[in-house]
Amino acid sequence: MAAPAASPARKPVGTLYRGREGMWSWVAHRVTGFAIFFFLLVHVLDTSLVRISPEAYNDVIGTYKNPIMGLGEAGLVAAIVFHAFNGLRIILVDFWAKGPRYQRVMLWVVVGLFAVTMAGFLPRHLMHVFGGE
Amino acid sequence: MSLVADPKAPRPPRARPSRLTTRGNTELYGWVFMRASGVVLIVLIFGHLFVNLVAGEGVKAIDFGFVAGKWASPFWQVWDLLMLWLAMIHGTNGVRTIVNDYAEKDTTRLVLKGLLYLAFVVVVVLGTLVIFTFDPCPSGSPADLLPSFCTE
Repeated sequence: MAAPAASPARKPVGTLYRGREGMWSWVAHRVTGFAIFFFLLVHVLDTSLVRISPEAYNDVIGTYKNPIMGLGEAGLVAAIVFHAFNGLRIILVDFWAKGPRYQRVMLWVVVGLFAVTMAGFLPRHLMHVFGGE
Repeated sequence: MSLVADPKAPRPPRARPSRLTTRGNTELYGWVFMRASGVVLIVLIFGHLFVNLVAGEGVKAIDFGFVAGKWASPFWQVWDLLMLWLAMIHGTNGVRTIVNDYAEKDTTRLVLKGLLYLAFVVVVVLGTLVIFTFDPCPSGSPADLLPSFCTE
């Protein structure tokens, strides 16, 4: 009998999550959560400048209004929106009896809601950032 | 025959850990807190983003006068205080989980979590003090930088 282990091309398959939507949504949830946390630290520090002087706060918050930071804000909002909707999906997987069965469908619902929310947010935000008024 | 173990097959018994990694139900309460605070944070942060980035002039309108105008109302003070505390506990617990997962050496884990808890205390104490000791009309500042109610 030829040992089946001799075929090196076989990858581990057949687990519920590995390498599939379940795993990648978990990775994305980690990455977005980690990024949001570090923004939060910076954001509390920059807001604290209101306690120093109006000039100090306005100077630093002014940097948030340049186009590069404007794109960064769009990315931050995208991370928050994904983390929020996927968090609701996690809650449904944990507490809804049929949650685990529909976890993959629910990820595509998350992606759909994400697309709709960003379609509402992005034009308005980019208009504020790049608009000349 | 598949090369891969049947995912539904019972796992072989694991060796018992040589020491307990948690005591009591703390991790369970943390797990519940992540879900409960997550739902509240969706409301608080989506509201925050809408008022600050979407409504009116968006990010262009944010300056000292804008912040002072918001914090003149106890409603936004409580909103921001709740958001600060819940987001910091939620985020710190999330990063703690990530550190526990990837930092395998005891010293690395200890140092990273020490820094994390230090950042938590500094940011939460600073943010709370700023919300409650904030003066919307500091004397000696040019009136055009202040909210309109300072000159009334």
